[in-house]
Amino acid sequence: MKRRHFIGGIGALASLGGCATTSTTGATVTATSRRHVVVVGGGYGGATAAKYIRLWSAGAIDVTLVEPHAMFISCPLSNLVLGGSKQMADITLGYAGLARHGVRIVRERAAHIDFDKQAVLLAGGQALRYDRLVLSPGVDFLWDQLPGMQRTSAQDSVLHAWKAGAQTVALRAQLEAMPDGGVFAMTIPPAPYRCPPGPYERACQVAHYFSRAKPKSKVLILDANEDVVSKGALFKQIWATRYAGMVEYRPGFHTVDVDADARTAISELGDKVQAAVLNVIPPQRAGAIAAQGGLANVNQRWCEVDFLTFASTRAANVHVLGDAVFAAPLMPKSAHMANQHAKVCAGAVVDLLSGRAPNPAPMLTNTCYSFVSDREAIHVASVHAWDAAKKTLLVVPGSGGVSGAGNALEVEAAYAISWARNIWSDMLSQAVEPGD
Amino acid sequence: MNFLIMALLGAAMSAAAADDRGQRLYASCAGCHGTAGAGSGSSGEILPVLAGQPKDVLAASMRAFRTGERPATIMQQLAKGYTDEQIELIAAYLAAQPGPAR
Repeated sequence: MKRRHFIGGIGALASLGGCATTSTTGATVTATSRRHVVVVGGGYGGATAAKYIRLWSAGAIDVTLVEPHAMFISCPLSNLVLGGSKQMADITLGYAGLARHGVRIVRERAAHIDFDKQAVLLAGGQALRYDRLVLSPGVDFLWDQLPGMQRTSAQDSVLHAWKAGAQTVALRAQLEAMPDGGVFAMTIPPAPYRCPPGPYERACQVAHYFSRAKPKSKVLILDANEDVVSKGALFKQIWATRYAGMVEYRPGFHTVDVDADARTAISELGDKVQAAVLNVIPPQRAGAIAAQGGLANVNQRWCEVDFLTFASTRAANVHVLGDAVFAAPLMPKSAHMANQHAKVCAGAVVDLLSGRAPNPAPMLTNTCYSFVSDREAIHVASVHAWDAAKKTLLVVPGSGGVSGAGNALEVEAAYAISWARNIWSDMLSQAVEPGD
Repeated sequence: MNFLIMALLGAAMSAAAADDRGQRLYASCAGCHGTAGAGSGSSGEILPVLAGQPKDVLAASMRAFRTGERPATIMQQLAKGYTDEQIELIAAYLAAQPGPAR
């Protein structure tokens, strides 16, 4: 009886402040009305946030995940589908595990946010009211920076494959159809873009495929950046040894237009490069839903957030995660980092809806593996901590690094597969066997 | 009355916050070691399950990674990002999680 009074007292008090009170250690305190968080985007950021808000509120906060796709397809490991050592089924998972955590999944596209009414309007017309909104919309492409790519027919023939799915399958088919002796050319936009080492991993995977199936063919990397953006020394060594004479790296090639019919990339200086298969990784910005209401307030491309909570600096009760965020120093736009953003955000959302101050000292890690063949991988890792004086997340001095000279790359590949299994389990509570 | 509720509420909140610290810190490891240290559940998993292991063993492992005494590909680089206090909190949290069914 005393306990009931106590619980009621807390609930009553909390409701005065407009907050439900819950403990993240498991005990739930009653509240007058349940709180509702809407998460937009079921990728590495959004799925993780949805799960962890349920977990850490012990089910006291209702969570709705808005995601139009029935299945999750992982960008990490998708370059292995291009290389031929993995199939789409190896990187495709469902959302049933999240439903078991009590996440309500709405299979629709979020079309608009009404910030005043605190509601997300779905493409089908329904409105979802939120107490807090978490946006994890990934990236969209800046086609207007590549005039020749604005036509749908151009986008259907010159592929990006920078969102894993149908484009991944189609680019693999183009590689398979290419006669031996052809050139695969890939353009890389100026940083920042999604997955800094991803293009260089892709070059390795295509070279791996060519070395097996089309040994007279070439891989040409047209990089807008002045040097390899991530794991540079490692990638260059791999190209010079494993794929000698097959991979050519051309820095400072800033693609400003594409002639899709002629499969030709055109640089700022007017250089034209024609290829048998042209793969254009376009310049990017935060996903469209996050561009609304001025949320993408950095160069109209990326969303500035408070890194203690991942709250937008522009709209109240709105959080932004993952690739869409204007990153802190040395913070990559990676799947692992989106998973880490999601947990800092989930903790803060639970705390704030419980009338508590958010964790004042969040820690994040980054771990990113790149496969350089079908059975070898290299890594980059770092640890990031909140710096109270500078009010941002900074790499902890002395932490992090890349694969050492003595590392067995086959062992790192086994860890990379383990990473995929674990992070998929962490975000989706869903098992898949991506093979060995 | 209000004062009493405030006092009780304050005590409950700070207790929860202390318990949360290890849980929140460990979440930065869960991308590779699974939610609550449970691993991926895959039959082919090559990493040890951390949940339910003795706190002292876990903390000693992390310190050995940090000094380089224990060989690793990536864990030495990650362990260097954490203080002794943070390692203790993470180890205590993991030790308190249910271990794998045997």
